[in-house]
Amino acid sequence: MIGSLQTYQSIFSSAADEVRQFNTLLVIFLVVCAIMYTLVIAFLIAGILRRRRADAHVVENGMHHRQNPLMRTGLIAWGSLVGVGLIALAIASFVADRSLASTSAHERLSITVTANQWWWDIQYNSADVSKTLHTANELHLPVGVPVRITLHSNDVIHSFWVPSLAGKQDLIPGRENDITLVPRKVGIYRGQCAEFCGTQHAHMALVVNVEPYADFIRWWQHQLQPAVAPQTPLALAGYIVVTTGQCAMCHSIAGTPASATVGPDLTHLASRRSLAAGTLPMGKGQLYGWVADPQSVKPGSKMPTIPLEPNQLHAVVAYLETLK
Amino acid sequence: MKPAEHDKEERRLAEERKRIVRDGPKLKGAKLEARLERTWRRPPGFLGWLATVDHKEIGRRYIVTALIFLALGGALALLMRLQLARPDNALIGASRFNELFTMHGSTMMFLFAVPVMEGVAVYIIPLMLGTRSTGFPRLNAFSYYMYLFGGLMLWGAFALNIAPDIGWFAYTPLSGPQFSPGKRADIWAQMITFTEVSALAAAVVLVATILKTRAPGMTLSRMPLFAWAMLVVAAMIIFAMPSVALASSMLISDRLVGTQFYNQFEHGDALLWQHLFWFFGHPEVYIIFLPATGFVSVIVETFCRRPVFAYPVVVLALISTGILAFGLWVHHMFATGLPRVGYSFYTAASMTVAVPTALQIFCWLATMWDGRPRFEVPMLYVVGFIVTFVIGGLSGVIIASVPLDLELHDTYFIVAHFHYVLIGGAVFPLLGILTYWFPKITGRMMNETLGKIGFWTIFLGFQLAFFPMHFAGLLGMPRRVYTYPAGLGLELPNLLSTIGAFVVAASVLLFVVNGLWSLYRGAIAPPNPWDAASLEWATTSPPPVYNFEHIPVVQSRTPLWDEKGELPVVTGLRVDEKETLLTTVVAATPDLREPVPQASLWPFIAAVATGILFIASIFSPWAILFGAIPAAIALTAWFWPKDMKRQPEPVIT
Amino acid sequence: MIRQVRFTDDVADLPTHKFGPSSLTWWGIIGYMVVEGGFFALAFAAYFFLMGHEQGWPPEGRVPPNPLAGTLFTIVILLSEIPNTMIKKAANAHDTERVRALMPIIVAIGAVLLIIRGFEFNSLNVLWFDNAYGSIIWALLLLHTIHILTDWGDTIVLWALMMTPLGFEGRRLVDTDENALYWRYVWLLWIPIYLMIYWVPRL
Ligand code: HEA
Ligand code: HEA
Ligand code: CUA
Ligand SMILES: [Cu+2]
Repeated sequence: MIGSLQTYQSIFSSAADEVRQFNTLLVIFLVVCAIMYTLVIAFLIAGILRRRRADAHVVENGMHHRQNPLMRTGLIAWGSLVGVGLIALAIASFVADRSLASTSAHERLSITVTANQWWWDIQYNSADVSKTLHTANELHLPVGVPVRITLHSNDVIHSFWVPSLAGKQDLIPGRENDITLVPRKVGIYRGQCAEFCGTQHAHMALVVNVEPYADFIRWWQHQLQPAVAPQTPLALAGYIVVTTGQCAMCHSIAGTPASATVGPDLTHLASRRSLAAGTLPMGKGQLYGWVADPQSVKPGSKMPTIPLEPNQLHAVVAYLETLK
Repeated sequence: MKPAEHDKEERRLAEERKRIVRDGPKLKGAKLEARLERTWRRPPGFLGWLATVDHKEIGRRYIVTALIFLALGGALALLMRLQLARPDNALIGASRFNELFTMHGSTMMFLFAVPVMEGVAVYIIPLMLGTRSTGFPRLNAFSYYMYLFGGLMLWGAFALNIAPDIGWFAYTPLSGPQFSPGKRADIWAQMITFTEVSALAAAVVLVATILKTRAPGMTLSRMPLFAWAMLVVAAMIIFAMPSVALASSMLISDRLVGTQFYNQFEHGDALLWQHLFWFFGHPEVYIIFLPATGFVSVIVETFCRRPVFAYPVVVLALISTGILAFGLWVHHMFATGLPRVGYSFYTAASMTVAVPTALQIFCWLATMWDGRPRFEVPMLYVVGFIVTFVIGGLSGVIIASVPLDLELHDTYFIVAHFHYVLIGGAVFPLLGILTYWFPKITGRMMNETLGKIGFWTIFLGFQLAFFPMHFAGLLGMPRRVYTYPAGLGLELPNLLSTIGAFVVAASVLLFVVNGLWSLYRGAIAPPNPWDAASLEWATTSPPPVYNFEHIPVVQSRTPLWDEKGELPVVTGLRVDEKETLLTTVVAATPDLREPVPQASLWPFIAAVATGILFIASIFSPWAILFGAIPAAIALTAWFWPKDMKRQPEPVIT
Repeated sequence: MIRQVRFTDDVADLPTHKFGPSSLTWWGIIGYMVVEGGFFALAFAAYFFLMGHEQGWPPEGRVPPNPLAGTLFTIVILLSEIPNTMIKKAANAHDTERVRALMPIIVAIGAVLLIIRGFEFNSLNVLWFDNAYGSIIWALLLLHTIHILTDWGDTIVLWALMMTPLGFEGRRLVDTDENALYWRYVWLLWIPIYLMIYWVPRL
């Protein structure tokens, strides 16, 4: 069961240095705990099996205040064993922690993730401002490159967590946290907000695409492009609805008048793998469903259901599909 | 008053003092019982029922109320489990689900687990210590009513569809004015106020009772381990509750009068909440767990036929757990971005608390080894406790490690951990001890066969429900999600958990059915059915209102085992008025005779007045001002003597 | 009782009241003092926690509170310990008449303190909703005021009780003793609060 599902959203993964560390440490802990548990259960069973003894120190033979010297030795031995076990675990944990901390020293890519109820705003930072990239809900990482992700929140506390890559960190309004990781395996991973953040906490997922460096650079270049101009009349009609209607009050699409930042950036919406922060897979049907009535797809979402005429809906979806 | 009048008054009092009736060789047996019964019984009728200050009645109400909340909280858990049985299930919507786990967690922690332990203690501790009453019996009654009203308010709000939906630890800013408009979060915060007033009152009652009312000769080193556990727990409540009280008052005032404690835009800090909450919240889990270790000690001692091995070690373990518990709160906040240099320190600190627990476990097992255990139902629950709790404790050690917790935090692995320790560590011993003390409380035995079936089903059902949750967590399932997508491998563990949850529920139901059936049909209990050693079994079952005809004297840790023939007792307490004996704190030598308050409606009225104040303050801050007046009047009337004539010896009317 | 009993000691001659840790109510009072002490200690911790984030304290370049009323309050509350000690001694000496004579003084001092407290609220130079700094110092002052107010109310009730014939009962004198103990606690608590409200912001 575990093998088959490995990497997608599970800690049984070796897709990054961090999760490998985690797994090694977990195994150490499990071994120590298993030994200790076995000892406890063995003692329990032994106690149960011995119960019919005639010479037990019990009330019935008036010896109940007698202390068994063997048990006194046993207590000391047990106490020391527990002490040693815990010290060993604490040291293992310390070592893992140090080696995790050492990656943070030489990061080569800097990303800022800002959490919102209930989606992720993502910015790829670059010294060259024209290369700074704005997107949402889908993270692309080049394999083998240490990355630092700076974490902010615009509203309540969320938690950034991609189980197959690394542990989690909270995004706290008014504070800045960060997480560093080195992805090691190309693949698609799913992350999910881990701190309860209100109604749609369950639908605040994130797709992480770990890809070869060249692919990553190509992706970045592509994402920096503004949205393509609508080619068909239907798409054009959609373009008009989106950029002059209510959509533009929240979203931005680079290269168009829509430039609000309340909701996720839509410039390359159709190039992403999922819709509404992992609520739906990306696709025409899902776009229809979402645009027509977000409140029934993701009740409580901050995106209101906007009444659209059927032809407007067709147009909007047609336009959104062009945002590759 | 003129001196002459004063002297006359003193002479009258001296005269009356001679006519006081006391127990002793001249007044004993049936005559004494009748006399005590007349003095101690409460007024009849419904008002008398409300006015009672008998710790046994209050304790029983506490236990029954808490068990009802267990059923209610458990019913909500079943709804959650139904929703989670399948991926993308549409049975329960997002906001309703959020209410469910908030209500479930808050009910279980604040309205079930802590109060049930207090209730058992309030019932049994005075009997165990060989006294007639708790200290401050009216405060005890007040404590119960505050608890009841807090619970009614929360569940009333649920019925009116304004239940809180912010989780049982209500993190700011989600619970603050901006992100939780409406009254839901206020309801939660005021429920906290009710239960904390109640728990603090109960804690003060227990400390005073345990320190001052023990039977003569019951030195601290002869005190039953359950009393030790409750002493430590009461002290922990006293130190921990103020923290959540402060946190929730600040939350309410942020919401109600616009203070900025948690508002980062106005120099506040959202993390302040987490520090204050967990400074309480972590000790809280040991407040639930330590009484259960007391139960285990009681059961192990009786059923292994010998005192618990290494009594001083167990006592020290209790005390050190109590102290260490205040240093661990940060382990709930590992993911908040604490200074990295501290990580290893927090890890080590969290792990040290495993040492006293491990020592206690050894002591119980050594007692079994040295004794001759009898496996009746309470003892089965102890075995179930060890097998289950240790798994939870070990998963606790795993998540105490920062690098591990950063992955596991806020996942179902944590949900598995805390149900293992809460249910395995506290509910199993509780069910065991309820079976054990059932004859004491009701005079009848619980049915053994049903009890055994119940044990095995709950034990196995529990593992089925909660063991798979470890895997759900490792497979990436965060907690507090109302649904999860198909294809992540979460289908099987969740389905198993749901099936298991229903088995657990059925076994709890069976326990209740067994209790109700046995209440009317159970075998009549002999006075000391398990042949136990402690003083609660020295009186009849159920005990008379005055508990003991004479105050017993204690010469060892296991008095009923060591006094083979007659029981030594002291005499000379008043029996024409309610009176009990106080002893010194350490050596338990007789110190004072203490009048015991008569039944009174005022604690109830004061609780009603305070309750109105708390609830009204959700709607307007002025309620605090106007509500304080009736509350102050009620409290004054509570303490004001109802009879202004001087008595030969003090009485509390 | 389920067994025959054997009489050992007789406790009929034990007293029905004692001062100090022998008294049950003493433990009750100590219990509540610890509760409130914990509450204050955590409020202090919150104060320093909030202060720890700030460049300036008070933040935003606000003016610290004006210490005049607060200092006056401090002097009066410290002086109140004189009559308080006298009452405590009188109670321990079972001198009801003297307790009766002294109680009005301490009640009057309480009233004076409450009036000065009103001026203190007026001299904070910040409102509770302005920022978290304002919130926490208002909270500290308000919490302490609640203690003054409840203890003042208690003292009035006790005074009334002492004026009745029951004032001669030993247990009422124990109450008086414990009330005086509690008053000590109230002014002891005030000292750190005074420093935190008026002087820490001036450091
Ligand atoms: C009865 C209640 C109870 C008890 C007793 C415990 C006991 C322990 N708990 Fe648990 N805990 C909770 C109730 C409890 N907990 C709850 C309710 C939460 C979640 C709150 C929430 O978020 O909603 C929680 C959460 C929680 C966390 C935070 C997790 C997170 O949110 O990320 C942590 C982290 O350190 C932790 C650790 C521990 C430890 C180290 C112990 C230790 O005390 C355990 C000690 C016992 C043993 C270890 C077993 C016996 C010992 C041996 C057999 C010796 C051998 C051992 C070794 C050498 C390893 N607990
Ligand atoms: C002592 C405390 C305690 C107890 C006993 C339980 C008991 C149970 N708990 Fe829970 N639980 C918590 C404390 C507790 N819990 C806490 C603190 C949380 C965290 C909340 C939060 O995140 O805020 C939590 C969260 C929690 C979750 C996670 C929710 C989420 O994160 O989304 C789940 C999910 O399965 C769960 C399940 C269960 C189940 C199946 C039981 C079962 O054992 C229940 C068994 C059932 C019964 C006891 C009911 C018996 C009733 C009947 C037979 C019918 C009676 C009928 C009527 C009254 C009409 N609990
Ligand atoms: Cu965002 Cu949970
Ligand atoms: Cu904890």
